[in-house]
Amino acid sequence: MTDLRKTAAIVGVDESDVIGKVPDKSNLQHHAEAAHNALADAGLTLKDVNGLFTAGTSTLELGEYLGVKPSFVDTTAVGGSSFIIHIAHAIAAIDAGYCDVALVTHGEAGRSMRSRSGGNASNADPQFQTPYGFIGQPVAYSMAARRYMHLYGEDKTRQGMAEIAVATRKWAQLHPKSYMKDDMTFDDYHNSRWIAWPFHLLDCCLVTDAGGAFVITSAERAKDTAKKPVWILGAAEGQTHGMISQMPDLTKTNAANSGPKAMQMAGITHSDIDLAMIYDSFTYTVMTTLESLGFCGPGEAADFVANQRTAPGGEFAMNTNGGGLSHTHSGMYGMFLILEAVRQLRGECGPRQIKDHQIALVNGTGGSLSSTGTTVLAVD
Amino acid sequence: MAYNKPIPVPQGESDVYWQKAKQGELWIRNCKSCATPYFFPTDICRNLECKNPRDTEWIQASGKATLFTFAIVGYETGKAPHPGFDAPYVTAIVELEEGPLMPTNIVMDSPTPDKLQIGMPLEVIFEDITDDISLPKFKTV
Repeated sequence: MTDLRKTAAIVGVDESDVIGKVPDKSNLQHHAEAAHNALADAGLTLKDVNGLFTAGTSTLELGEYLGVKPSFVDTTAVGGSSFIIHIAHAIAAIDAGYCDVALVTHGEAGRSMRSRSGGNASNADPQFQTPYGFIGQPVAYSMAARRYMHLYGEDKTRQGMAEIAVATRKWAQLHPKSYMKDDMTFDDYHNSRWIAWPFHLLDCCLVTDAGGAFVITSAERAKDTAKKPVWILGAAEGQTHGMISQMPDLTKTNAANSGPKAMQMAGITHSDIDLAMIYDSFTYTVMTTLESLGFCGPGEAADFVANQRTAPGGEFAMNTNGGGLSHTHSGMYGMFLILEAVRQLRGECGPRQIKDHQIALVNGTGGSLSSTGTTVLAVD
Repeated sequence: MAYNKPIPVPQGESDVYWQKAKQGELWIRNCKSCATPYFFPTDICRNLECKNPRDTEWIQASGKATLFTFAIVGYETGKAPHPGFDAPYVTAIVELEEGPLMPTNIVMDSPTPDKLQIGMPLEVIFEDITDDISLPKFKTV
């Protein structure tokens, strides 16, 4: 495979103007605001954009709304991991010369626009899962978590999930745009109502309105952008299934493939990583992902995160924006993993800024633990 | 009261599945070439190692299964994620005696985590939801 390490860099990131509860804005408005904001962060404008990437809507609608006429488009939509996967596609496209300024956008009024289109009736899910009330991701992920508990112990798993929920809330309290900032104790976690046993409310991500965007450009053009380039050292992707009932192993995601590939491409090992941004659709998602990425062995995630090891000031910096659990989660949260990783690497994070910030690993998960995208980002 | 949960729409590949379910039988797809029964039903076998993935057939499953994993939706709150469902209800993935995993419900009164053990034996039952459709579900034995 061609060595695409440092072929391109992320040179601009931002959210839509307001995130959280935004009752009066459509999905595309969130896309557009974030796009303009991220381009401004890069010192670029829409006139520079010739590659357009998004998920959840077609680039036809998005490009029209933005007024751009890109020469390279990618509507890969495999859930919340999509925007991480777009990075792998963008660096290949930039390397091949299809585009040199790639704009990746997300926007979802997840809280305020609750109408969701029904699935294609001819697919398997509406025949074999939906009629049984397999509706919404808490149902799917809770069954995966229950299987994990069976293999590795219910109490231990529960403690790991609680550690993640509590630690992530502490980070959210340090981010000005976080949706949930109230103190959370372990008792709060354990006493929160059940959504789908074994998941408490506080095992589950938020549902917010938000948009986000980032801009990738070639190494050549990255020299002239406004901010310090954040280099893409590695990027890999993949998927294992669609429906949760078809998942080959409910305790291991495709991060076991995309993680090692991205790290090998980047030429790094686990100990090089200063920040891990791990999609936390649910507390359990973090546990299975840490293990799948090889930060710890199967069944060891609870020990890995014990004693608030991932909280502010802890040994392992993870999800420092407050995550999908407490910061924001509009539906396809993967976008916000990138925003935080870039800002941490640039050293822009104020009270939540981590001390060592040269290399970040980002892992997005999409669907019902179905797809993953892993990327390794770094600053010089 | 009218049934207002999502209703499966049988497709060409699954007509037999739903016809048999209406008759109180569980039929699954079997690959003759690689000797592997599988779920959900597709005409073409999904095993990439299979020598002749089009050599498939319908077989009747015993209806016996074990509990692979589950969740109790709306446990203690009674809140369901979709109108029509009476929470709490148990979503489950069960392992059929023939091997494949199958998504379904475990039907029981007042489900609690203690009443459900991974690996416990189960047996298929059929819930008539329309004139054409019966949903295969499972109960503890």
